[in-house]
Amino acid sequence: MIRFDKVSKLYSGHPALSDVSVGIDKGEFVFLIGPSGAGKTTLLRLLIHDIVPTSGVIHVDNWQLDTLPKKQIHLLRRKIGTVFQDFKLLSDRTVFENVALGLEIIGKTEREITTRVHDVLELVGLADKKNLFPVQLAAGEMQRTGIARAIVGGPSVLLADEPTGNLDPDTALEVLDILSEINKIGTTIIMATHNVTIVNDFKKRTIVLNEGKIVSDEEKGRYHTMGKGKAKAKK
Amino acid sequence: MKLFPSIWKHMRRSPYQASVAVLTMFITFLLGGVFLITSVSSVLILEFFEGKPQITVFFTDKAVKADADSLDKTLRATGKVASTAYVSKEDALAIYREQNKNDPLLLEMVTADILPASLEVSATNPLYLKELEPLVRQAQGVEEVVYQKDVVETLLTWTNAIRVVGVIVAGLLIVNSLLIIMTVIGMKIALKREEIEILALVGASRWYIRMPFIIEGGLYGVMGAFVAWIMITGLIIWMQPVILGFLGMIPVISLILGSLTGTPFFLAAGGFLAGMLLMAFLLGAIGSTIAIGRYLKN
Repeated sequence: MIRFDKVSKLYSGHPALSDVSVGIDKGEFVFLIGPSGAGKTTLLRLLIHDIVPTSGVIHVDNWQLDTLPKKQIHLLRRKIGTVFQDFKLLSDRTVFENVALGLEIIGKTEREITTRVHDVLELVGLADKKNLFPVQLAAGEMQRTGIARAIVGGPSVLLADEPTGNLDPDTALEVLDILSEINKIGTTIIMATHNVTIVNDFKKRTIVLNEGKIVSDEEKGRYHTMGKGKAKAKK
Repeated sequence: MKLFPSIWKHMRRSPYQASVAVLTMFITFLLGGVFLITSVSSVLILEFFEGKPQITVFFTDKAVKADADSLDKTLRATGKVASTAYVSKEDALAIYREQNKNDPLLLEMVTADILPASLEVSATNPLYLKELEPLVRQAQGVEEVVYQKDVVETLLTWTNAIRVVGVIVAGLLIVNSLLIIMTVIGMKIALKREEIEILALVGASRWYIRMPFIIEGGLYGVMGAFVAWIMITGLIIWMQPVILGFLGMIPVISLILGSLTGTPFFLAAGGFLAGMLLMAFLLGAIGSTIAIGRYLKN
């Protein structure tokens, strides 16, 4: 479903990703771990065509991203939901309106939007807070709103860039439970994280990046800190 | 996104910028509209005078119809005359009565005797008028020759001057309006950069992101042009008697302004409004599109 073939990305000559080759199948749940600057966010940004690789080829479903015309980028992004560490919610819109955004952009009718947003808010446990604005929400609720917006359009892939980074441990686990539920209904999930507990407790496929290279790729991996921000996965 | 409520919200949140944009568009279309009407009127006036006989030959009271016939024959023999029309003293009186039918005082003392008979002459080409003029002046019984060419040339000079000034002023105003719209929309794009980024990340198409800004720019134009149209139309209604007194002899103007409740006036005013709104929307939308091109390249 997703394939990186010898992908490199340089920023002003400095490598953020070097010669990365990896494949992720439909329905997988994958943790991306590694120290800051390891290339996790770069890898996720490449997937949504926010940046383009310096070399190499990326495939998502039937799309080859290096030949994807600019006019079709939005179609790719509708297939890939994204959850951000800083939530990226629109502060002047309610929870309902923020989530509905994902359906409005694809031209769904008001009735369809109401039904679908309701279902998704039930799934993330925010049905009773749909009329609140982001400023009235706790951090965990904001992240759940972000997740609801990312999945409301029914994407086949969900990218989560350190979604628990701003949350306390209990709330982080709640968010992971929601992501697991979404994964169970067939959505591929790729989650970049520094959260040791989550990686170790959930025992999913874990890809470890360090200095732009994949240093480990294990099924049911573990997060093992190595000091000075280095990390590796262990079985 | 509900497009129009969303645009209305944009406008309400930055009322001063919106007001500046609308005011600029208003001034552009007020002056542009006035120059357009002046220009069209001057063309109508010019056509009216061009369509009139190019030479009118007035005969003395002692001259007889035979003098006019003789001159007519001489002129036609040159092959350079398109048409001639003899206006007898009685015909002249009838014309005078028609022109002054609303003013009985002017009709009381006038009889056919005191009005001159005349011969109206049109050349096949205005260039021939100089060759025909000596023949007319030497003819028997001629008292006065009114040469329409001078009037037409003066009008043409004025019409061209109005057009040149109008085009320059309208051009400058259009450039000014474009710059103002570009600045206002550019500021709004800068303010909404985060929202635009989020929309792009969740899969909004380029047009979905751009359309509200383009329509917003167009609406500034439409609002400005609508107020300008109200002012220009109000001015024309207020000045109707003066305009009719001055230009009432021109059939189109007489038809449109003859009755302010008539169909011709409504059609003309409606057409003028539609044209102004369309131009204004395009102008605002073009300004926005340029701003988007500058600020939202990716």
